[in-house]
Amino acid sequence: MIRLEQLRFGYDGEDVLRIARFDLGPEEQVLIVGPSGCGKTSLLHLIAGLLLPTAGTVTIDGQNLASLSPQARDRFRGRHIGIVLQQFHLLPTLTAIQNLLVAQSIAGLRADHGTARGMLAALGVADRIDAYPHQLSVGQQQRVAIARALVNRPRLLLADEPTSNLDDEACRAVTDLLLGAARQHGVSLVIATHDSRLKAKIARQLELPRREAQAA
Amino acid sequence: MTLLQLAWSYLRARPLGTLLNVFLLALGVGTIGFVLIVDGQIGDSLTRDAKGIDLVVGAKGSPIQLMLAGIFHLDVPTGNIPLQAAQGLAKDPLVRRAIPLSIADSFRGFWILGTSPEYINLYHGEFAAGHGWNGRMEAVLGSTVAARTRLGLGDRFVGSHGLAEGGPVHGDSVYTVVGVLKPTGTVLDRVVLVNTESIWFVHEGNITDPDEQKVVEAERQVTVLLLQYATPLAAVSLPRRINAETNMQAASPAYETARLFRIVGVGADVIRAFGGVVLATAALSLFIALYHALNERAYDIAVLRTLGARRFSIATMLMLEALILAVLGGVLGLLLAHGLAAALAWWMARQESIPIDPWSFSPKELWLLAPSLAAAVLAALLPSWRAAQANISATLARRT
Repeated sequence: MIRLEQLRFGYDGEDVLRIARFDLGPEEQVLIVGPSGCGKTSLLHLIAGLLLPTAGTVTIDGQNLASLSPQARDRFRGRHIGIVLQQFHLLPTLTAIQNLLVAQSIAGLRADHGTARGMLAALGVADRIDAYPHQLSVGQQQRVAIARALVNRPRLLLADEPTSNLDDEACRAVTDLLLGAARQHGVSLVIATHDSRLKAKIARQLELPRREAQAA
Repeated sequence: MTLLQLAWSYLRARPLGTLLNVFLLALGVGTIGFVLIVDGQIGDSLTRDAKGIDLVVGAKGSPIQLMLAGIFHLDVPTGNIPLQAAQGLAKDPLVRRAIPLSIADSFRGFWILGTSPEYINLYHGEFAAGHGWNGRMEAVLGSTVAARTRLGLGDRFVGSHGLAEGGPVHGDSVYTVVGVLKPTGTVLDRVVLVNTESIWFVHEGNITDPDEQKVVEAERQVTVLLLQYATPLAAVSLPRRINAETNMQAASPAYETARLFRIVGVGADVIRAFGGVVLATAALSLFIALYHALNERAYDIAVLRTLGARRFSIATMLMLEALILAVLGGVLGLLLAHGLAAALAWWMARQESIPIDPWSFSPKELWLLAPSLAAAVLAALLPSWRAAQANISATLARRT
């Protein structure tokens, strides 16, 4: 599902990130861990095609992202990669179901109410589909955000710090939600986090070293 | 959930800002549209009224006044000319048609014109009821006059001297309505027509002494003579001859109307320029709103990109927001323009002046959407480009 080879990424000729080789198979799960500033988010963005590597390749489902045109890369991301952002950012001017519908049509797929409603129901927010984000509880917002990430049936789900600022109970709920949804929909799951509470849940971990430049 | 719906959702989310921008655009388009409608309609109306009249001949004075009084009946005449001189001119071989007008009295704000049946033919007037005059003190009413005064066949009325209502009344000279004309969309609708002898009779009184009659007849006058040339060559020699060799004045309606419009046109230009300034303000306000949206919505834009939106789609979304406002503002502006025209039409109708039809829409008016759309596109250009260029990874990585 994911293959990273001789991956290097950095700014101004200075490497932030160096990964010789990494593979993640279908329906596998991995945590990207490390201290803040070690490049976790950068790695997630490289996998999502939001950033391009300085050297090496990122291959998703057999597709080298750097070889795609920018438009094709955007389209590929929309169709094959689901992303759950920090704070589960929903578009504030759209209702819950519209947040899913916009994800469908932006990816070039048909905006299908049935699929969207089904996905929201699967995440337990069937009764809140016409609510605006500010009318939803934080927990409900998280569920809608995960539903949005999964509505186009991606093969890969990425989550960036999904549990930061959450208490233990909420942390457990979100983690269970992500793992459950990943299992149920047969997607590979990558979570970037510095939250050690997650380590108990996901065995495989990719530890990024503290950068020399940042050490000082 | 299309980009258009997405753009609309953002506009709906900030109703006050949206309203302000729509209102500014509407005001700009409305002002420009108002000038366009009124300018066009008055121009058309004056052209219709002056059609078939090559030259107005009257007493010396201001040529514009002569034209306003002689053709459009919007001003008091410059004076009178001797009947004999007018008759001489009518017989000139360069003149095909000469219509005399005697203008002295009015009835409830409408001029009473002493003339010949030719005047009705000039405007292709047809009778809605009754017939033309057969003698003295028989009157034919224009359609507007009939509607406004509620007079019909057989009704009687008296004229008053001058145009002002409540002026000295010719109480012993009573007109009888014998005909009412159909609407023509010309000045004919707004006048009372009688034969020339009626005017003389009203002002001379009933003279019985034959000697006195002779003296009075020799001094008879008309106010203006409307001329149609027999040949285009007449335009070269006739006006010059009248102005140089007689006590009369000749004015060309085509030339004087153009001159009048150049004078009044400055006012129209000022209003138009005001509309332009408002539109520029609207563009600026829109630009600020969209530029603001860039910062406010940086994270939203990043989210859309993670969902697979291309740079071009993001730019399109902002552009669509501006275009929605432009169309709303433009359409509202057109309605405003017609509303303002309606207000002016109401005021001008009260003055018995040139009629304006404020609710006639011409497809050409859709061009008025162009400045609104142009303002919007101009305002959205930079914000759209900036939004498309935004560094998504950096926005998402910013811990807020």
